[in-house]
Parts: sequence; C-alpha cells; structure tokens
Amino acid sequence: MLRSMLNRFGGMLIVMALVVTIVFVIVRVTPGDPAAVMLGPDATAADIQSLRDRLGLNASIPEQFLSYVGGLLRGDLGQSIFLNIPVGQALLERAEPTFFLTVFSLLIATAIALPVGIMSAYLRGTVFDQAMTTLAMVAASVPSFWLALILMQFFAVRMGWFDTSGYGGPGASFAERMHHLVLPAVSLGLVSSALITRFTRASMLDVLNDDYVRTARSKGMSEWRVVVRHALKNALIPILTVIGLTAALLISGAIVTETVFGLPGVGSLIVSAVLRRDYPVIQGALLIVAGLYVLINFIIDMLYLAVDPRVRY
Amino acid sequence: MAAISASAPHREPNLLMRLARRPTAFVGLLIILTIAVLSILAPWIAPYSPIKLSVANRLNGPSLEHFFGTDDMGRDVFTRVLYSGRTSLTVAVAVVTLASILGVVLGLVSGFFRKADAPISRLIDAMMAFPDILLAIALVAALGPSATNVVIALGLVYAPRLARVVRASTLVVRELPYVEAARALAVPTHKILTRHVLRNVASPLLVQATFIFSSSILAEAGLSFLGVGISPDIPTWGTMISVGRQYLDAAPWIMWFPGGAIVITVLSLQLVGDGLRDLLDPRLAKDI
Repeated sequence: MLRSMLNRFGGMLIVMALVVTIVFVIVRVTPGDPAAVMLGPDATAADIQSLRDRLGLNASIPEQFLSYVGGLLRGDLGQSIFLNIPVGQALLERAEPTFFLTVFSLLIATAIALPVGIMSAYLRGTVFDQAMTTLAMVAASVPSFWLALILMQFFAVRMGWFDTSGYGGPGASFAERMHHLVLPAVSLGLVSSALITRFTRASMLDVLNDDYVRTARSKGMSEWRVVVRHALKNALIPILTVIGLTAALLISGAIVTETVFGLPGVGSLIVSAVLRRDYPVIQGALLIVAGLYVLINFIIDMLYLAVDPRVRY
Repeated sequence: MAAISASAPHREPNLLMRLARRPTAFVGLLIILTIAVLSILAPWIAPYSPIKLSVANRLNGPSLEHFFGTDDMGRDVFTRVLYSGRTSLTVAVAVVTLASILGVVLGLVSGFFRKADAPISRLIDAMMAFPDILLAIALVAALGPSATNVVIALGLVYAPRLARVVRASTLVVRELPYVEAARALAVPTHKILTRHVLRNVASPLLVQATFIFSSSILAEAGLSFLGVGISPDIPTWGTMISVGRQYLDAAPWIMWFPGGAIVITVLSLQLVGDGLRDLLDPRLAKDI
C-alpha cells in the first residue's frame, strides 16, 4: 500500500511539473513581445523596456523558466501588472465570493442529484426515471450564463427579490453578501446537478443488481435499508469522485456566472485580467485551479486506496 | 431507450440507417440537420439583413414581421440567430476536426508505442487538469482574440479527451491476433496503424467527437459571451446573449432565442451521441 501511495505521489508530482510548464509556455506563445501586447498600442518604447525588465523577459527562456519555478517554490506567483499587487494577494482578496459560490452550488447540486439519481435508478424505466433522465440531459445542455440571465430576469428584475449584480458594497454584512450569492449559486447548482445525477443513477444501477443486494432483500430487509445501507454505501465512491471533480470544475462555471452577476470573485478577476492582458494574474489563476484539480484527484486516489483494499496503483 | 433495439440477425452496413431506428437519436439527428441546413441557407432564407441598423424598430417584441423581435439596433433577432448558427457551427466543426486530428495522432502513438506512452499520457493528464473554459480563455488571451484562435484554443483543449479515448482503444486493438498477424507478415508499422488500428478505434472516436462537438458549442458561446473570443461584431449565439443581457427588462427576447438555439443544438447533439454510443460501443452503454 505504501508503494502504491508513493507511485501515485510521484505521478502527481510529474503532472504538477507539467502543469507549471504548460502555464509558463502559454504566455510565451503570444505572437510578438508580451510586454508590448500587455501595454497596448499607446505604450512608449521606454515603458515596454521597463516592463520587460520587471518581468525578466530579457533573460533567456530557460533562465526565465528557472526563475519562474524558483518563485513558485517560494510561494511567489508574480506581480499583477494592472493592480500592482502580488498575484497571490489579488487572488486571495477575491477568494470569498468564489469560495462560497462554489460551496453553495455544490450543495444545491448534490441535494438535487443524490435523491433524484437514487430514485431514478431504483425506479428504472418508469415515467419518473424517464422524466428525470430527460431533465438531466436538458440541464446539461443549458449554458449556465443563460440560465443565470433567465433567473435574473424573473427573480431580480421582475419580482425584485434580489439585486441584479454586485456583492452588497464595501460595508455589507455577511448575510447581505450571501443574499447576493443565491441566484448565482442556484443557476450553477442546477446546471452541475445534471452530471452528478447521471453518475449517481449509473453507479446505483451497477450495484442494485448485485448479489448482496438480492441477499439483503431475501433476508426480508426493508427496501429503505437495502437501498441506503447496502446499495448506496457501495455506489458512493464513484459518486464522491464525480462530486469532487465537479467541485474543481465549478471554477469554470464561476468564471462566467460571476461575470453575469458582477461578483468580485476570482472568475471575474480572470476575465478582467484577460481583457487587460494582465498575464501574471492569468498564469497564477491557471496554476491554482489546475493545481487544485490535480490535488483533489490525488486525494481521491488516496481515499480509494484507504477504502478499497483491492485498489493498487 | 432500450425499447427499440432491433435485433436484426444480419449486420446492416449503413450506420445512418441503424441510428435512424432509435427514436431519440433520430429526432436528435433531424434537429441538428435542420439547424445546420437553416444556418447554411441563412443568406437566402433570412427575412432581413443581419447587420443593417433600423433604429425606428429597436427593441420590438416578437411579432409576425419579426418572429423573435428586434434587438437594440433594430436588427431582426430571427435573422441574427440564423447567421449566428453559421458562425457557431462552423467554429464547432473546425474545433472537432482539429481536436480529432491531434487526438488521433497522440492517442495512436501513445497507445501503440510503449515507450511513448508514459510521457504522452502524463501530458494529457496535465492538460486535462485545466477546466476547459479557463484554458481556452488563457490561450485566446495569449494568441489574441479571433475566430481562428478560438478554434486553435478549443482544439487544444479538447484534443486530450479524444487522445485518451483513442489510446484506450488502441491498447486493446494492439493485442488482437490480426495485428499480431500483420506484424508477423512484416506489414510496415504505419500501414498497421492506418489500415488496422485506426479503423477499429473509429467508433469510440466518433462517439466522443459528437460529445466534443456539443461541448465546443457551449464553450464558444461562453467565450463569446464574455467578450474574450470571437469579435463582438460577428453575430454568434454567445455575443447575442451578451447584448441581450443589457436589456433584460425591456427586451428579454434578445437573449431568449439565441440561448434557446444553443440548448436545442447541444441537446440534439447529445441525443445523437447517446444513440451512437449505444450502437457502436456497447461496453459503454451502461445507461450513463
């Protein structure tokens, strides 16, 4: 088991190193001088030169790479060009709305998907199952930003229950801030619930036909106990995996949803960084998000190892 | 969906005919073909010009003259939805083509040649650690916003997914007796790859490519909506929704119809994809 863990750990380090390399390379594929591109057409030659110095673009590519990696190892993600603060700080300042948006969306998605998925599998082939399977497919086809606008049109513009945008201003209380997250979280949660529902249904179907489920039934166990205690328990690992990965992928949805609702989160920071060509911020955000994804994957693998003695890597 | 699985004794040659026997997949196929035809024919069937301004008619609701209403510049929303379909579908087709070429090459090489497997697989793992929209945004930011660069960015984003599928099938096919036989007969490796392996990984590739098609429609819409993709002057479903966003109260139809077009397109592609998967890849047809 220790050997498997070390194998997996080594694999994760390699993937992390590749992620860092990809993030480094992405900015280098910019046609022309990145410093000139970042500063726009009005920049003077002196401005461009000073930014080149600041970004260390005058060094050779391998040197730049080494100093980038060195900075990362010291926890330095670089300096935002536009905001003039360290990228790490910029991301942290914007973390709160994104964090709660992700948590709430995930809670909403799971609260819908688990019961629906389990019932769908249990009632396989019935009208309920067909309706829910169809609904999940439709939900997976809806762009989250469009659903957000539809909800906004109805609940914020027409009914006036919510503000259409913002995070409640500088002095807003926690409750006020969370109130601004309701519509964004519902729209992201609904869209994400589709994937988790499909997965829950599939992995429940897998176990519901297993021998031990039949045995449990033949012992005269109540249906509730059979489904929840026996079937669900065994179906749970793949379901937890997909929930974990959805969490990492929600950041994608958060980028657009935060922009729709004008939330000052990491997602809208990324979009404004792209529009301002603030490359260090884009790099930092890419790195953090991909790093989290790799880490979550690794943790899931470790959980598999711990939970299921048959798993070996 | 399992209701109509016509157990014909002989294998029918025409994939399209077999797909058409599945009601949901057939409906999906009809819808996507209709959307494609309407988009291609947009210049001939659209009732108005997609760009000509008509300020007197701005923000009119849906009516008999303007089925989907008019936008903030008085342009016909129905016309623009048709023209947007041209852009969005063209981009998606180009993305799928690029991703398939890259995915097939990477997948075949890493699946067939043991030495190349580990490095390519790790690279694929690393690429897949980035959420699709985020990586695409970063690539477009680096390459510069244009339709071509959106295609390149999304092609790079989706290539690893296809590569994984091709690799997995190649690993299986590689060990089959006929490949061994071809090797024993000293058939050149490139011929084994194209004649024998590629043909047998085509089915899972086709299934996955259909899903990538629908993902890239959604992703391109997201990028255009954010204003970091195709130029806002070119009508796409995403840019139309981003305009409609400013008129939620006065003219919500501006964003209703392009959004509806996206949902219908993506949904029909998913129906086709599910049908293809059930037909071609029975191992995966576990009601997912």
